[in-house]
Amino acid sequence: MTKRIHVSTELNGDAVDFLCDPRETLLDCLRDHLGAMGAKEGCGTGDCGACSVTLDGRLVCSCLVLGVEAEGKQIGTVEGMADGESLHPLQRKFIEHAALQCGICTPGILVAAKNLLERNPDPSETEVRYWLAGNLCRCTGYDKIVRAVMDAATEMREAS
Amino acid sequence: MNYHTPETFEDAAAIAARAAGTTRFLAGGTDVLVQLRSDLVTPDDLIDIKHIPAAKAITRTGDGGWRIGAAVSGAEMTENAALCADWPGLVEGMDLIGSTQVQGRATLVGNLCNGSPAADGVPGLIAAGCTVTVIGPKGSREVAVEEIPAGPGKTSLAKGEVITGVTIPARGQHGGDAYLRFIPRTEMDIAVVGCAVNLRLDGDTVTEARVVLGAVAPTVRLVPEAGEAILGTTLEAAALDRLAEAASAACQPIDDKRGTIEFRTHVAGVLARRAAKIAHARAKGGTA
Ligand code: FES
Ligand code: FES
Repeated sequence: MTKRIHVSTELNGDAVDFLCDPRETLLDCLRDHLGAMGAKEGCGTGDCGACSVTLDGRLVCSCLVLGVEAEGKQIGTVEGMADGESLHPLQRKFIEHAALQCGICTPGILVAAKNLLERNPDPSETEVRYWLAGNLCRCTGYDKIVRAVMDAATEMREAS
Repeated sequence: MNYHTPETFEDAAAIAARAAGTTRFLAGGTDVLVQLRSDLVTPDDLIDIKHIPAAKAITRTGDGGWRIGAAVSGAEMTENAALCADWPGLVEGMDLIGSTQVQGRATLVGNLCNGSPAADGVPGLIAAGCTVTVIGPKGSREVAVEEIPAGPGKTSLAKGEVITGVTIPARGQHGGDAYLRFIPRTEMDIAVVGCAVNLRLDGDTVTEARVVLGAVAPTVRLVPEAGEAILGTTLEAAALDRLAEAASAACQPIDDKRGTIEFRTHVAGVLARRAAKIAHARAKGGTA
């Protein structure tokens, strides 16, 4: 048994710490040690994007990051998107456009889309599709997802 | 597994040199973590190089070239407008690897050290004439990138050696590079064939040319005959025919579900032509 390592990090703006085996992924640490169940495991190998989170503002697959690498970093997950009871515009638009069915891909897609809109508030449809190419969805056929993201982008631009 | 976070490359190499069991260096982790998970590799010592300041830096060298640290991610490269302007082909090769999420972590040096013959990041490096700095028990040495790959999944690095970063030469006047790959879809796939071309022109005439093929041999391969085929030409039809022929002749591909030997050999020639034309246009100042 490897010695467990103490990791201090920030999750959605809150200081948190946990103990983990250095082999554990950030995804497992989020789910098993921090109780943040938003990020999902689809593949565990960086192919599906269901585990997408941000690390210091950079979109990554948390299954391809070790928990110990989060030391001193800021992690952003879907749990940090809504402001109390009021949903993030992307979350509202996903419901309006019925952009989810089983919902397994949804937290990852929301985190990825939010990261896109922070960098590019006015993306073209092609840009949205390429940005989200690493987020697989086996239910919706993607079209509703892309429309929801475009619609949220419009609303967020008008509101700002 | 021991997790190390050295703050210098010398320390990183020393940890690897004295390790008794399996060692892996960790930068972006997009290959290493997949190997860990599938139990292909179970390191006793994992050496995270991201705490080494130089590993995370993109800097200009004194002669107008570039230095890319071993832990710089693809996203950090594509966000550097001056680097993209100098070496669009080199950067587009890296940028083709994986999703946005993978780009946030994956590194050029990692792509090189993973040793895949289909590595999209590597042909552009070799075409550009890049070198890597290797630090190990015997000190430091500068090695041409084409000398690192040694076969599928293998490199020429010895135990205790680590690559600290890539040195890209100065772009200089009237130069252009390009990378193209063939995949059966539009995104998120492994090259069936890849081709990088780097040229320098005098007027319209090619005065320097390096042509590099990926996924058609056990390693990414520099093809000097293909470069020679277009030297002194303006890429007229006959020159492009000779280029395609030389590129195809250099192929020793595998036959698999992703592409037959015949297909890969043919496509290598097609991509060489197209990449040469793009590199030519870029050398003329176009943004093709
Ligand atoms: S679970 Fe991480 S990409 Fe699929
Ligand atoms: S809603 Fe089921 S996978 Fe996307």
